Amino acid sequence: MEEATTLVTPQMVASKGVWHSFETSFPITATDIRRWAIATYWGEMPPRLFWDEDYAKTTRWGGIVAPEDFNPFAWQLPRELTEEELRLQGAIPGQETKKGDNILNGGQVDSFGARMRPGDVISSRSRLTGWEEREGRNGLTLYTYNETEWTNQRGEWVKSRVMTLIHY
Amino acid sequence: MSIFFEDIAVGDQIPAFTRKTTMMEWSRFAAVNEEFVYVHMDDEAGRAAGQPGAFGMGNLRWAYMLNALRDWAGDESEIKELAMQFRAINQKDDILSAKATVVDKSVADDGSNLIHLQIDVENQDGKGTSPGRAIVAVPSRA
Repeated sequence: MEEATTLVTPQMVASKGVWHSFETSFPITATDIRRWAIATYWGEMPPRLFWDEDYAKTTRWGGIVAPEDFNPFAWQLPRELTEEELRLQGAIPGQETKKGDNILNGGQVDSFGARMRPGDVISSRSRLTGWEEREGRNGLTLYTYNETEWTNQRGEWVKSRVMTLIHY
Repeated sequence: MSIFFEDIAVGDQIPAFTRKTTMMEWSRFAAVNEEFVYVHMDDEAGRAAGQPGAFGMGNLRWAYMLNALRDWAGDESEIKELAMQFRAINQKDDILSAKATVVDKSVADDGSNLIHLQIDVENQDGKGTSPGRAIVAVPSRA
């Protein structure tokens, strides 16, 4: 099999810097927030700020807020994934993996703005901001940098994330 | 309970947030984050990706780090930024400890009192898996 000389695709070149994947969440519920906190604190009681409205009212936040890492886009309605989205799912049992199809989350930088609260509807958009390739222990390896921005229904900035994906 | 800007010193270490990551932790996180990805659930897929078996989600380590910062800073503080590199894989039954050390203090243009921290998530061998940095705005006694 011929060795890949680059993992950069024409689609990547064409999409660099272009906002895509516009998405709107369902309204966040107090149950969504409580379940998130229980899962991430599993082994101990999660902080009251995430499930006790009476307590949360006494804090600077004035009511329940979501943990900074809360994902309001979990459990969107199922839809057919694009070829690129399927590729980003990584290895699948029983299917041969092509060079570049193995993907790891290399890291991320988040800046946090307005807290997410029950009732909030979050809008998201993403763009590929750049990439670099180098030889690693898994051979040719591609690092892509992807920026995602969230705002709420009041137009307030909620979060920005720059994520590094490692393709090998 | 809250911490105050004036009481924090460079070199302070925050209490670690520690969890053994078994399928119970991974499955609960997969459920709330809808993160049903084969490499996190299926040993065969994990091996196909060059690992000993299914491996943990970077996002769960991320959550543990935020939990550590939050538990230390209290509900009147505000996490402004978190950066983390996922340098090592979280294998099943690893014991992860999210840790952070204060490296700087500053006052922002808007008057926010900022604590700068160096962070990492160590495994049971004391090996850092996820180096990075965080910025937390904390209340002042003034």
